[in-house]
Amino acid sequence: MFLLRRLVYLVLLVVLATSLTYVLAALALNPRSNFEGRNPAPPPAVVDALLDDLNLNNKTPMLKRFGHWIDGLIHGSLGKTIDGGSVNDEMGRRMGVSLRLLLIGSILGSLAGVAAGAYSAVKQYGFSDHLMTFVSFVILSIPTVVLSVFIAIGGTSVNDLLGRRMVYNTGEYTPGLSNWTEAGITDRLEHLILPSLVLILQGFAFYSRYQRNSMLDVLGSDFVRTAQAKGLRRPQALIKHALRTALIPMGTFFAYEFALIFIGSIFVEKIFTWHGMGEWFIQSIQRNDVNATAAIGMFVAVLVLIAGFLSDLVTAMLDPRVRRS
Amino acid sequence: MTAATGISKSDSRGRLVLRRFLRRRLALFGLLMVVLFFGFAYVGPDFYKWNYNQLDPAAFLEPPSASHWFGTTQNGFDMFAQTMRGMQKSLIIGLVGALLSTAIAALAGAAAGYFSGWTDRGIIALIDLLLVLPGFLIIAILSPLFQRRTWLIFVVLLAAFQWMITARVVRSMTLSLKEREFIHAARFAGVSNWKIILRHLLPNMSSFLVIDATINVSSLILAEVGLSFFGFGVQPPDISLGTLINDHWQAAGTQDGYQFYFPAILLVALVLCVNLVGDGLRDALDPNAGMGAPR
Amino acid sequence: MIVPIPPLYEAPAQPLLEVANLSVSFPSEAGPVAAVRGLSYRVSPGEVLGIVGESGSGKSVSSLAVMGLLPPRARVAGSIRFRGNELLGRTDKELSSLRGNKISMIFQDPLSALTPVYTVGDQIAEAVEIHRKVSKKAALDRAIELLTLVGIPEAPRRATAFPHEFSGGMRQRAMIAMAIANDPDLIIADEPTTALDVTIQAQIIEVLRTAKKATGAAIVMITHDLGVIAGFADRVAVMYAGKPVETGAVDDVFYRPRMPYTLGLLGSLPRLDLGNRVPLTPIEGDPPSLVHLPPGCPFAPRCPMRLEVCERAEPELIPMPASGVAHSTACHRSAEIEEKSLTSADIFPAAQASEQPANRIPRDQRPTVLELAGMVKHYPLVKGSIIRRRTGTVYAVDGISLDIREGETLGLVGESGCGKTTTIMEILSLVPPESGKIVVLGKDTSVISGPERFEVRREVSVVFQDPLASLDPRMPIADILAEPLETHGVPASVRSGRIAELLKTVGLRPEHAGRYPQEFSGGQRQRIGIARALALQPKLLILDEPVSALDVSIRAGVINLLQRLKTELDLSYLFVAHDLSVVRYIADRAAVMYLGKIMEIGHVDQVFDLPSHPYTQALLSAIPLTDPRMERARRRIILRGDLPSPANPPSGCRFRGRCQKFADELDDVRRRRCIEEQPLLTVQGAPGADHRAACHYAEAYAVLKDVAG
Repeated sequence: MFLLRRLVYLVLLVVLATSLTYVLAALALNPRSNFEGRNPAPPPAVVDALLDDLNLNNKTPMLKRFGHWIDGLIHGSLGKTIDGGSVNDEMGRRMGVSLRLLLIGSILGSLAGVAAGAYSAVKQYGFSDHLMTFVSFVILSIPTVVLSVFIAIGGTSVNDLLGRRMVYNTGEYTPGLSNWTEAGITDRLEHLILPSLVLILQGFAFYSRYQRNSMLDVLGSDFVRTAQAKGLRRPQALIKHALRTALIPMGTFFAYEFALIFIGSIFVEKIFTWHGMGEWFIQSIQRNDVNATAAIGMFVAVLVLIAGFLSDLVTAMLDPRVRRS
Repeated sequence: MTAATGISKSDSRGRLVLRRFLRRRLALFGLLMVVLFFGFAYVGPDFYKWNYNQLDPAAFLEPPSASHWFGTTQNGFDMFAQTMRGMQKSLIIGLVGALLSTAIAALAGAAAGYFSGWTDRGIIALIDLLLVLPGFLIIAILSPLFQRRTWLIFVVLLAAFQWMITARVVRSMTLSLKEREFIHAARFAGVSNWKIILRHLLPNMSSFLVIDATINVSSLILAEVGLSFFGFGVQPPDISLGTLINDHWQAAGTQDGYQFYFPAILLVALVLCVNLVGDGLRDALDPNAGMGAPR
Repeated sequence: MIVPIPPLYEAPAQPLLEVANLSVSFPSEAGPVAAVRGLSYRVSPGEVLGIVGESGSGKSVSSLAVMGLLPPRARVAGSIRFRGNELLGRTDKELSSLRGNKISMIFQDPLSALTPVYTVGDQIAEAVEIHRKVSKKAALDRAIELLTLVGIPEAPRRATAFPHEFSGGMRQRAMIAMAIANDPDLIIADEPTTALDVTIQAQIIEVLRTAKKATGAAIVMITHDLGVIAGFADRVAVMYAGKPVETGAVDDVFYRPRMPYTLGLLGSLPRLDLGNRVPLTPIEGDPPSLVHLPPGCPFAPRCPMRLEVCERAEPELIPMPASGVAHSTACHRSAEIEEKSLTSADIFPAAQASEQPANRIPRDQRPTVLELAGMVKHYPLVKGSIIRRRTGTVYAVDGISLDIREGETLGLVGESGCGKTTTIMEILSLVPPESGKIVVLGKDTSVISGPERFEVRREVSVVFQDPLASLDPRMPIADILAEPLETHGVPASVRSGRIAELLKTVGLRPEHAGRYPQEFSGGQRQRIGIARALALQPKLLILDEPVSALDVSIRAGVINLLQRLKTELDLSYLFVAHDLSVVRYIADRAAVMYLGKIMEIGHVDQVFDLPSHPYTQALLSAIPLTDPRMERARRRIILRGDLPSPANPPSGCRFRGRCQKFADELDDVRRRRCIEEQPLLTVQGAPGADHRAACHYAEAYAVLKDVAG
């Protein structure tokens, strides 16, 4: 089976990538400095013992540390964080946070983008097409950081305008409110609005451009002309034949965006103060947390693997030409 | 079937491209602005009173004025000088990185597509590996290494994680171009392989490569900003637009917000203009099939 | 299989389709392009109208205008009446109810014309569902019924397949099925067979006849192939530069053409049955640019009969009653042509082919330039990009032997997948073949050294099919011509002189050396390709379909050039083509390939006049002649099925799956031999004759002379 072979290959790549990440992290980061920098500095023996416990002692040969880490991995444990906690637990918690942050925004953004792109291609050179192209263009030129900041302060202005706190630009929820009450849910949603808006705008800009290009490529195709020659009216021919065919390359994009969204979330989490994977990513490096860094590297590699696999799967689903090559 | 165009005037392709580009006013505007940015960033400071690392003890946290065009920071640094300095960094990183990235992509992709066999498999495996490796993460991890050195290593790393997708496209373009008859003609005349790649294959992809290089400029500028924002790219005491945004984003929305707005808006403007140029180039080099003579 | 041809129709009173003064123009960067300039024609019910023209004649655009499928930026003027109702200016909704229902269209390239993501059955069923209120099942049943009608075997299973799983011929059948789904009154076929192999083309034309019979529809057949029109159309309109220049009944136009363009066109086509006994009359120049049309007759620059009035005033289409019913021409001198019954040889100067000096020596005594002995080239079928897996073998060339002597031209013919392109690529690569031997100019490629190979490249060169793709669009032609010279160490001082000389040899002006390929016309580009091939003074020229991609009126000029060069420079040619008429004209010997093997080989007159292999016979039978009477009266051999895949050839004789002899004439006992034993090339006719065929039951049959009645 072609797909199975591909899976094996991708898994091999992930293993290779993860190992590289671990080695690089272990080499470049210096957890020892965390302890030595304290005041008063603990005695070296204590530091060594602490580092050994965390499997972060740079006096232990690299291979041994790596082996230890792999050993833990096979047993399902990703090791300990620099604070002594479990990487698994931390990751689990933060994955949930990031997922909650990204899910709604990215789905809405991609749907809106595809629809807008298709519409825009059909009404090529019309006013709405130019407007959408221009807007997408500008949004794609704004770095995520800047966009997040502007939306955050925009939220504050909206709040001031409405006279009450409608949207929040800090954190995931207001502490103290229970999760499942109506007030609790509303509160969470209110916290979600601004960061989701960033994702929606970016998703919209990205997908509308690519969908438009994909549609334009297809609109001039001979088979659209054939569909009309059969008697389909132009709108019907476009939706039934053109759109369906133009979606094929989009499958690949969806899958890769799904993986890359994580990178974008780094900025959103920083600006809006959500304690998800993105924030952890930056913190681990800044705090010399080798195990966490390696774990995140593995996480991203697995995401890309899933993306690659999904994109092949989706393309095979959408494009019969690929199926039995 | 050949289209009946007869013999037209001897318009070189370059002139035709230039004409089309000039017709797109937005692209022209973008190009002008980029040139202006360059000018301001590199030459401007020579005409300006303050230097980027100069302190004005008489003016702490002052809003924009006649003597301090973009205002000053809490420590008394002049924002305009700092922003210009940052822009220099962003521009040079973008340009050098883009050229490097496109060059690597072109050579690797062409080699993979043309030579096939183990060369091809090796390069594809390398591409796949680099795609799976989280580039942002790796550069971030390695950032302490180039803290004291020049930013050149940083640029090389940025380029190293940027070339893969382009290389894939170059590879598939090579695969289809390879079967074109003029390549066969050169091969059967005895022309050597690398000469064929450099003389025939790559020039026929030049429109794609030029557009790609331009897009890479904006991608790299954004990547640099992202990394420097967290302290992983350009690091203090060096300045880039990313470090400036990091320093001042919390001031946004307050009365001292000008410290954030100027670098941020200039950054957006720069990226936007580069993208406009790239878009204009794409239309000029590969106009949509729609205006040709019919059969 | 003899197919009866229906009689000609008389033109009845109420036309089905009436196009009057149709004009279509497109905006372009260089100004408005007038694609169609005042086209008028009529189609009566049940009639076949052929519209003939080259690229830029506007024939396809006019048909798209009838269907209302031109892009929105096109400007259309004039009148198009279907059953008396005006079509121009109607809304998309109104026209949609006609399209696919009363008027349907068949396009040229069936692969791109069918949507890749839906099954063939669904797409045909859709044509039904749009116009009739039927259930999905009923529509699908009708689709299967139609697929069977157009000759697709195992229709119920095939209906669930996707377009890319069909071969070219089958896709076109599916398109025809789609077009006749709702019993249309008019079918417009836009170059339906241009992209297909010759034997498949013959099949498709049969399918069109079947379709016509089943629906009673009139057909507008648009093509550049005059042979197809001769056999299939009742009336014909010849278009040039957006206007019709001659219209009339097919016999009248072919036997009594009264317009120099038509005369020239008919005279410039090599005759399959006559070979080089009749010289070609080439038309000089190129089809005009539609952007800057000069005043007057658009053909004037190329017309040897032009007068001053021709350059001033464009002639109107006027009837010539003495030359036939409804026969009209647009030429100021038509009356004169009619009066004197001028032929193309009278009007156009003809080049006489002179004998090559080498040909005077008998063949056996001349040195061998190229020799192939049992050459084999197989390709592995692989899947995957990193971890590759072999899933099968493509038997592209499976053991062929031939030789070419000095000064001789061998024509290698066959359809797609027969291995002729692979053969020449193998020869040109100068690498040892998988099996067998290749000897080029005395050097065996299995023992040749690197430097020797480099030297041989001076002596062997190649001319490719597509003139645009064979020249690097980024290099001016001076550089293109300089490249082989530079590679082989010709000093720069000598180069420019040589380049000028080469350009003059092929009939181009040396001053144009600084221009880019796109600035030349197709015919000129091909000449540049030929010039490049001659740069190092080779002995053997390998030509891969050198005129197939050129406009019909330009082919003769290039063919004549090749003839002339052959004689002047004493060259040997290996001429690969699927166009047998051209091969007949230029080659001394011919070899017919099928699925990687040679079926028949010998002197060109022997092979063409007395073909002994069933495949050669079928091939010759399938090629349409530009002689309507002969076309109508010919016995046609229609092959069964499609070309098998070279990865899966039949056992024994490769051709047995489609062979008409196998199917119709042999009994089971004799068939056994075809299934089990591969036939070898054996001498036909007199012993020692230069004619061999690989068939167990080879029998000479003068296909081209066999006419009923």
